[in-house]
Amino acid sequence: MVGITSYGAYVPLYRINRMAIYSALGWLNPASLLPGEKAVANWDEDSLTMAVAAAADCLTGIDRDKVNGLFFGTTTTPYKERQNATMITTALDLPPNIRTSDFTTSVKAGTGALVSAYDAVTSGSAESVLVCAADCRLGKPGGYYEEMFGDGAAALLVGKEGVIASVEGTHSVSYDFADTWRADTDTYNRYWEDRWIRDEGYSRFIAEAVSGLMSKCNLQPKDIAKVAYPCQYVRAHADIGKKLGFEPTQIQDHMFGAIGHTGTAYPLQVLVAALEDAKPGDRIIVASHGNGSDALLLQVTPEIEKKRQRLGIKGHLASKKDLASYEKYATFREVLDIDTGGRGEEVAATQMSILWRDRRMILGLCGCKCGACGTPQFPPQEICANPKCGAIGKMEVYRFSDKKAHLFTYTGDVLAFSPSPPAVYGTVDFEGGGRWLFDVTDCELESLEVGMPVEMSLRRKYHDAQRGVHVYFWKATPVRA
Amino acid sequence: MADGIKDKVAIIGMGCTRFGERWDKSAQNLMVEAYTEAMEDAGIEKKDLDAAWSGTCYEEVCVGKSAIPLAVTLKLPFIPATRVENFCATGSEALRGACYAVASGAYDVCLALGVEKLKDTGYGGLPQTDTQVGTSLRFAFPNYTPPGMFAMMGTRYFAQYGLSPQEGKRVLAHITVKSHHNGAMNPKAHLRREVTIDEVVNAPIVAWPLGLFDCCGVSDGAAAAIVTRAELAKKFRPDPVYVKALQIAASSGEEMMCTDWDYAHVESTVRNAKRAYGEAGIKNPREELSMMEVHDCFSITELTIYEDLGISPRGKAKEDIEAGFYDLDGKIPCQPDGGLKCFGHPIGASGLRMMYEMYKQLQGKAGPRQIKDPKLGLTHNMGGIPPLNVVSICIAGLQ
Repeated sequence: MVGITSYGAYVPLYRINRMAIYSALGWLNPASLLPGEKAVANWDEDSLTMAVAAAADCLTGIDRDKVNGLFFGTTTTPYKERQNATMITTALDLPPNIRTSDFTTSVKAGTGALVSAYDAVTSGSAESVLVCAADCRLGKPGGYYEEMFGDGAAALLVGKEGVIASVEGTHSVSYDFADTWRADTDTYNRYWEDRWIRDEGYSRFIAEAVSGLMSKCNLQPKDIAKVAYPCQYVRAHADIGKKLGFEPTQIQDHMFGAIGHTGTAYPLQVLVAALEDAKPGDRIIVASHGNGSDALLLQVTPEIEKKRQRLGIKGHLASKKDLASYEKYATFREVLDIDTGGRGEEVAATQMSILWRDRRMILGLCGCKCGACGTPQFPPQEICANPKCGAIGKMEVYRFSDKKAHLFTYTGDVLAFSPSPPAVYGTVDFEGGGRWLFDVTDCELESLEVGMPVEMSLRRKYHDAQRGVHVYFWKATPVRA
Repeated sequence: MADGIKDKVAIIGMGCTRFGERWDKSAQNLMVEAYTEAMEDAGIEKKDLDAAWSGTCYEEVCVGKSAIPLAVTLKLPFIPATRVENFCATGSEALRGACYAVASGAYDVCLALGVEKLKDTGYGGLPQTDTQVGTSLRFAFPNYTPPGMFAMMGTRYFAQYGLSPQEGKRVLAHITVKSHHNGAMNPKAHLRREVTIDEVVNAPIVAWPLGLFDCCGVSDGAAAAIVTRAELAKKFRPDPVYVKALQIAASSGEEMMCTDWDYAHVESTVRNAKRAYGEAGIKNPREELSMMEVHDCFSITELTIYEDLGISPRGKAKEDIEAGFYDLDGKIPCQPDGGLKCFGHPIGASGLRMMYEMYKQLQGKAGPRQIKDPKLGLTHNMGGIPPLNVVSICIAGLQ
């Protein structure tokens, strides 16, 4: 049996009510108001960091050394050349004997990666493939897409052992239907008329993929517990299922009013939400939309009861903070070219050879643990930092990214440059030993206390636009629960 | 322990520029200003100098690397010259180089000069150089500034000793008010205005819980010392100042990487104070020291130094501060010249500036802020941040 063996999701902490966007720019386009709120990546998040967060959620309780494939579906890769999937494997501290690919240039790339992972495991070329999907797309200020697009990620582990939902069939349709597009030099998505996208795109391709899949598998709508698919038009979402013969209760909630259209992650996030409520035996269909559609039929197994301990969609939806201000949103997404001051402009050159040499430390947050005295320490040392030990060359690699920690002390610094001042940072003590200084993000200074629990989150450290380098490191965040 | 350099070295001349925003002066101008005063004070000529030490921290915004700028600016005649750097303890490191050189007997007379030209960056605070922790560690460091790194000591100190931020900030404000009072009497100081407790606690926050007045001035300036072997000192002047101890300690890494250190004190200061007192033969610093110039880069730093030097009991500096123990008319006046807080903090010059004040006080030449009959003065000069630092302590006396 081949199928999904674990699932995870990530929705950034911040949400913006669409009315806040409309209040700022609705005068440009009075008909643009959409309902609800959307998820907004913090200024130090992007598709890569969100994919890592969803993957970590998915890998809860999983032996990372057994993962030997990682496929990343996104249309918003930080790098056009330098494989993003490989950076994710380093951040997750996965073993190097792993097969990686970026699936991109269409928002169906998330399901495309999932189908390919299924094929790889089925063929026997991989044992366990982690599929990550994340997007952080930009609509132009004042347009519909600025309100539509949300930021988020989902992750699914595909394998043969401990399957929670077996893949029972797939069906794909592909059409060069350019509902929305971005040329290689574009920052913002462009789009054709929404009525055409709704009627000729979503309504046709999802229906074609889902009905094609059901017909392949000799199933009727009544045999399906939940059908999960995206749609950026709330009313049309219900109509698509209805026309296929599904009752409203069989249609998984679209979450458009809570998260927004999260690109490649969208159908997989809806699927994760469906899995969270699924019972053993349930059949679930997931379908994407974007230059066609991929549909997969899944059947839930009793193993699913063992894989409930994670934040997933529900946990992340419940943990949120209202961003309130459009100007903050526009600053976080670099829509506004803010004055960083001289201090913010000074970025030293980034040495790729150092990022390579210290990749496990910087991207993977690996330190070491002394084989003689057992003291974990960061960054990696050759000579033990414990003054009572001092052993030389006894170190083993020790991963800190998944360890519990607490805030030993902290500050909020107004002098340091930050797009979201004050720059909050602190001293973090890890459970089991080890201490280091970290930026603290996704928090207000006033909410921090000495001794409060924190967890580690990969974030953008800086973007050196002049030299085309995105650099990442781990930060501490208050525990989301 | 080896013998150390107690009473082997004497300071026979010192110079110090006015510190502040010296927009019209280059680092080279400042060097000449401090050098000229020191040479005149010692009554010597260039040909008397056997070797020179130059201290600069941010060479990239200051004079550049190496000792060549010093030698060329002062037109030193091909004598040995060395540049040293140890973050904010750079000035003390220059003095240490010169003192150890004459103590060894290798030279008779040496120059130590520290200079920093900080006001050429275009923004407030210290220069932004994110590789100063190293090109690799830089990737793992937060986007920090010095106020933030020391502010964390405030957060931790308050939590550890049960002070609310409001209570803690008021205690710290006493330290600031005292230094402003002293600095106002110092014509060479950068900041010369008295402030009140309320002004200090209500000032804008720079790095929580530290406000504007909890932070020292960022200044341009230079300071210089001429040292000689003790037995030669009286040939130059009747009132040389003798070095009783000159010690430095560097962090081992355990503060930063292990979980024992409390971030409410500086371990290097504790270790180094023991060594310096041992070298100077001081048994009870609270009774024996006459005055101090310590590294008050931030008010919380000065508070913890009182405890780390073993003068105030651990966690109880508040009582001494509020009792005026460290005021100009107190038992051990601290920062009689205004300290880094008000005299200013041109990094490479600060350690030498501290000694300049002790030297003038010991000689009875400190003007309106003169301390009555001082015997022993201590300088404490710290470079780096509470978890990773170097601490230099120098003790000097007249006899």
